[in-house]
Amino acid sequence: MLPAKRLRLHPAQYPWEHVKWHKTFDHASLRRGFQVYREVCASCHSLSRIPYRSLVGNIMTVDEAKAMAEENEYDTEPNDEGEIEKRPGKLSDYLPSPYKNDEAARAGNNGALPPDLSLMIKARHGGANYVFSLLTGYPEEPPAGAVVPEGLNFNPYFPGTGIAMARVLYDDLVEYEDGTKATTSQMAKDVVEFLHWSAEPEMDERKKMGWKVLAVSSVLFALSVWVKRYKWSPIKTRKLVYQPPYAPPPQSRILDKLNEKKL
Amino acid sequence: MAISTTLYNIFLRRNTTMLATVFVSAFGLQLAFDSGSDKIWNTINKGRQWKDIKQRYMEKPEEEE
Repeated sequence: MLPAKRLRLHPAQYPWEHVKWHKTFDHASLRRGFQVYREVCASCHSLSRIPYRSLVGNIMTVDEAKAMAEENEYDTEPNDEGEIEKRPGKLSDYLPSPYKNDEAARAGNNGALPPDLSLMIKARHGGANYVFSLLTGYPEEPPAGAVVPEGLNFNPYFPGTGIAMARVLYDDLVEYEDGTKATTSQMAKDVVEFLHWSAEPEMDERKKMGWKVLAVSSVLFALSVWVKRYKWSPIKTRKLVYQPPYAPPPQSRILDKLNEKKL
Repeated sequence: MAISTTLYNIFLRRNTTMLATVFVSAFGLQLAFDSGSDKIWNTINKGRQWKDIKQRYMEKPEEEE
């Protein structure tokens, strides 16, 4: 029997297109996923490692990112009197967190800390499959016999099955600007792809570099095979012939000699 | 045979020209390899990258101005 803390359902393997070795993220999906994050997740979860500048050229245009940054206020450097003032955000600022600190976040969420989502896909076993399963895996009713502590919700994919976050994604919760129908699974897919991007913004470069390494090293490998065969060819093609030092006398003559001595 | 001999005489005979050949061809091959692999990547991922969809979002501000 597993301890209750480790009781969980393993997530299914989903055929993610962007996980393939030769595919990048679907950037339209990233844009939708960021919209879901901003409208749904961002009320509790921070995304503190993503600056506005990294959204430019991946998810939105420079003007859009600048406008979004200016909606929020950030602390300035201390001025001549040592006072810290507020200024509108710039592209170099990081996305604002919903809570001032972890304690405030716990206090606002019944003691549970909503984790930062910047690296969430890398931080959980199962990665994108796990987060997708978690978001879409809330049952209507907890199954018979399941113990759900007060203030927690039942989710079979969460270790221990009691999760503080309630189901948040419902059909048509957000309205996509590109006309995609916002079903629960569509939103979950988009936000998971977006979170995968936020955890691995370097994925494209990594995959490209991997292919280049494979290409170059396969040429070098072929070359090394050729060199090896070239160097070994005299050894591989030589013939060793055994030449006995002398022909031994036939058995019968030895016996004859022995018989002569006896006589 | 004649071509390879002339090529040898022009590029590889003297150490300075050989070194120049090595560096220039390394630069050129790298450039060709990188841009070629980028091109393959872009063909495979056509329609998925930001540069393929940004037109939709770039045009709007221009219309407003």
